[in-house]
Amino acid sequence: MKVWKYGDNINTDMLFPGKYTYTCSTPSEIKPHLLEDLDSSFANGVQQGDIIMAGKNFGCGSSREQPVVGLKAVGIKAAIAESFARIFYRSSINQGLLLIECSEAVNAYSDGDTISLDLESGKITINGKNFTFPKLPKEILAIKEAGGLLAYTRKKLEANK
Amino acid sequence: MTMTFAEKILAKYADKNSVIPGEIVTVQPDHLLTHDNTAAIIQKISKELDEYGVFSRQLSIIVLDHVIPAASEKTAMNHKNIRDFVKKHKIQHFFDVGNGVCHQIVVEKGLALPGKLLLGSDSHTCSYGAIGAFSSGIDRTEAAALMLTGETWLKVPQTIRMELNGKLVTGTYSKDVILYIIGEISASGANYCSVEFHGDVEQFSVEDRFTISNMGVEMGAKNAVFMVDDITRKHLNFLNVDQSNYNAVYPDNDAEYYKELNYDLSTITPQVACPHTVDNVKPVSEIEGLDIQQCFIGTCTNGRISDLQIAANLLKGRKVHPDVRLLILPASKQIFEEALQKGIIETIVKAGGIILPPGCGPCLGAHQGVLAPGERCLSTANRNFKGRMGCKDAEIYLASPATVAVSAIYGKLTDPRKEMKK
Repeated sequence: MKVWKYGDNINTDMLFPGKYTYTCSTPSEIKPHLLEDLDSSFANGVQQGDIIMAGKNFGCGSSREQPVVGLKAVGIKAAIAESFARIFYRSSINQGLLLIECSEAVNAYSDGDTISLDLESGKITINGKNFTFPKLPKEILAIKEAGGLLAYTRKKLEANK
Repeated sequence: MTMTFAEKILAKYADKNSVIPGEIVTVQPDHLLTHDNTAAIIQKISKELDEYGVFSRQLSIIVLDHVIPAASEKTAMNHKNIRDFVKKHKIQHFFDVGNGVCHQIVVEKGLALPGKLLLGSDSHTCSYGAIGAFSSGIDRTEAAALMLTGETWLKVPQTIRMELNGKLVTGTYSKDVILYIIGEISASGANYCSVEFHGDVEQFSVEDRFTISNMGVEMGAKNAVFMVDDITRKHLNFLNVDQSNYNAVYPDNDAEYYKELNYDLSTITPQVACPHTVDNVKPVSEIEGLDIQQCFIGTCTNGRISDLQIAANLLKGRKVHPDVRLLILPASKQIFEEALQKGIIETIVKAGGIILPPGCGPCLGAHQGVLAPGERCLSTANRNFKGRMGCKDAEIYLASPATVAVSAIYGKLTDPRKEMKK
């Protein structure tokens, strides 16, 4: 499992260039261009279960959801950042990508450190040191548990039939 | 209990007496904006659309603007699929290729009104704060869910109150104000927050306010709003919107703010956002003289008639520098027509400007004015991210229409006050 660590203000154009926004929408179309202008080794090197770590305002910029859809599709287990931009945050809830806001963990982590995530208890462990993060509010958890917003919406439509 | 603008409007839409920051509410927005991305949105829910149809024919506003006219078979197919969807589901508010940039259309057609709640699958949906509406960006998936159910959740934001005091000096504009503020507060300085603008705002027309609200998202804001006043009402009268169609919402005098910030506008000089973040802001005077290969005046930030008029006034009888391409993009067909009538287009074309069709144009790097490696563009748009205009090895600087027009004449970044003192 690899941690891909980046800095502050990683924007949506770095995560997925705008020039592809209206020609690539499916996970297979998105994957080759993920982080293309930020880290050219990412698209080929990323593996199921990897973690993304970043500084402040991760995902700022456009409302395009390809960055989130792509990160979910390549199997990113969680994105841990000092803070996230709000549309990106909502989008991650909608796609079921786990985001963790935890400055302490981001600041504590250096290349090569051992890291593990315990989602049940809301705990990140880096070199044996624990960092906790709060659980999502129940309204949001319901979307996540349904398997994302579209699955949640389908259920709602079925129920109201 | 006292409430801010955001708290009041979200309480109203959640059908509650009051709400507090952090609370999650379910709301039904008045409108949902989508654009070329409608094609991907309806593809996600094609089965559900067949089975359940759309929640409401009046909810959606669909504007084709991002890659127009189509630049490839794929984008042409997107547009075709959207037109078919609009016909099949009898979507009431549809604006085909050539009408203009979505945010301009929403305001111009009177679809964003004071006290209303609008969501859109475009980050600059926050623009309608200019008219006293609460508006915010969402993603495609959420837009898809809204098309089917008409409702979504919102977290009540904390509110930052910004006092804009003092009068702007000659050569500076609302674009310089918002660039200055973002430079001060940072690209995440208003993250998750609602922003209210107060103070000496009567000096700003609705067009000026539009520029400021539009860039709210560049400091992370959920929405960015000006309170309805005589200027708003006059603007709405001009659009033939009767006062009975809206109810303005105002914060309580003693509302509690997360932060209160004061800005002295009289000290602001022309500003420029340098690569590759919108908060990397400097006074133009500090970095004057940088060579520029492309100048761009347009977009949902600065493509309105007053912006084009400022450019034309500065370009009248002058020539664009031979090493510069000056691209001009009226934000809507209506603005284009007005610019034609006023002789603005003729002045700009004679000076060497190239007119692009009303839409998003080169702003997002998909077509029309893509940059080459090593080139530098000075633009009136709202984003200067690396790769934004189609090339990761190019540089984008953001400034006011006046700064861009004067710089186009000199072929280098130039303080517009140089031309105004004459």
